[in-house]
Amino acid sequence: MTQKLKFSLQRRQVVHQILENRGDAAVVTGIGNAVHDVASANDDAKNMYLAGVMGGACMVAFGIALAQPGRRILVITGDGELLAGIGSLATIGVEQPKNLSIIVIDNQAYGATGNQHTHTGRGVDLVGIAKASNFKNTALITNKKELQAQIPNIYQKPGPYFAVVKVVSKSSPRINAPKDGTYVSRRFRSAVAGEGA
Amino acid sequence: MVGKRQNKSHWSVGVHKLFKEIGIKQIAYVPDGGLAQLIKRCQADRSIRSVVLTTEEEGVAQMAGAWLGGQRGALLTQSGGVGNCINMLSMIQECRIPLLSLVSMRGEWGETFPWQVPMGQSTVPALEAANVIVHHVSEAEKVLETVHAAAKLAFDANRAVSVIISQRISDSGRKG
Amino acid sequence: MAVKKKTSWSNAVFKILKENNIKQIAYVPDAGHTSLIQKAIEDNIVNPVSLTSEQEGIAVLSGAWLGGDAGALLLQSSGVGNIINMLGMVNECRFPLLMLVTMRGEWGEFNPWQVPMGQATQVVLEASGVIVHRAEEPQDIAETVEAAAKLAFEGGRMVAVLIGQRVVGFKDWAK
Repeated sequence: MTQKLKFSLQRRQVVHQILENRGDAAVVTGIGNAVHDVASANDDAKNMYLAGVMGGACMVAFGIALAQPGRRILVITGDGELLAGIGSLATIGVEQPKNLSIIVIDNQAYGATGNQHTHTGRGVDLVGIAKASNFKNTALITNKKELQAQIPNIYQKPGPYFAVVKVVSKSSPRINAPKDGTYVSRRFRSAVAGEGA
Repeated sequence: MVGKRQNKSHWSVGVHKLFKEIGIKQIAYVPDGGLAQLIKRCQADRSIRSVVLTTEEEGVAQMAGAWLGGQRGALLTQSGGVGNCINMLSMIQECRIPLLSLVSMRGEWGETFPWQVPMGQSTVPALEAANVIVHHVSEAEKVLETVHAAAKLAFDANRAVSVIISQRISDSGRKG
Repeated sequence: MAVKKKTSWSNAVFKILKENNIKQIAYVPDAGHTSLIQKAIEDNIVNPVSLTSEQEGIAVLSGAWLGGDAGALLLQSSGVGNIINMLGMVNECRFPLLMLVTMRGEWGEFNPWQVPMGQATQVVLEASGVIVHRAEEPQDIAETVEAAAKLAFEGGRMVAVLIGQRVVGFKDWAK
């Protein structure tokens, strides 16, 4: 039932590479490994780490995208988190935010709870769902070359942009990422909307 | 049907005007008969972005994002939708993000559809368990001042506040 | 400190579920339920259903009962916040419902984001008409699940067993 395909990309390296030249982009993470992957790249004030609310990352980013139309907003999340709020893709597909890019680090597993299979390794195609939800630019990334080619698109292609990066299922080491919601949210808002907002 | 009932004395006129005065830029909703007139007025207003959701929890997340990005928004939901928001509300509580929501009640005053009753009766306890402050209103002429007070508490005092609009006065309450 | 002692109680709990003729086990993976989920997957009779969101599980188990099967939902306390509206159906139709909830946001929690929902779990369940049993000691879990299964399937009620974080253990944020 599960696909036996083997992937070689390492999630942390992928995230670091994507964020290397992020400019003024803001990043919203989903719960779990994505928090640590993003925080370990650089604990930027324009990172909003969601260490809870599974299924909420895309719509938090969408709300920011509406409020900050001149800035690119990235979601970096896992496949389990995305699936928990899968209806968000339909809502975002209707709204067509030009400045929103969703990147799913897809290890086909719930990494934080013991690596149980998610649906993405069992025949469910997230890129297909995004396409069918009217995302204008989508990509399936399975190797370094494809990653390299897509990184400019993440920042430059008109949104809503959606990419799935297939990675090895092994989790990366956890780091001491900021986890106090009041702290990260106010730090983010000051950095993105200004002190007076 | 909604159009027929629309009139200038409806409470939605004042609430829509208030939304503009206090700088509401995003509203999010799952279509609901109880708030139909307010939704229609906001949709017709080009200064407010109206977002239709597949489920109400998306709206809680969107409102969190609106605030993070420096805008104000309001979530419009039916009482049934409150039951879809409880986990997402933990972000509002953990981050102490302001949240204004208008909840049109079902399953209470004169309800004729039994399936609405369980969620209608658990709406307020569920909101309060999620640390949301609840303001009740069951008279049409008091909706505006209640929403005004709730908006102050939400945006000026950084709290999650729900205005619970009784089925007695919501558009759905007048269904036959 | 890692998850502890889960094998010992999960063996006994799985036996109780089998004795109560549970045929469908629906779950969103959670560390506290790992061992029980594994048993469900390996069992030849039980149909394990992996969900994207816990509310799907409420609907699946309603269907199970309508179709003549008994089932159980395994979830974490945060997932309780996703099922409240769907519970309206179970309440309205008075379907039996058995849920095993592993708690977060209480005993020794390391992640502040888990605390709001953990503290609201029992209140929102009770607001939805669910009868709540708590188990705070490993040796009490099987007995509590057995009582809950009786109340659910023979008493015709919605019953949740909250398994305390004290039992499932806690880990560290940065490890």
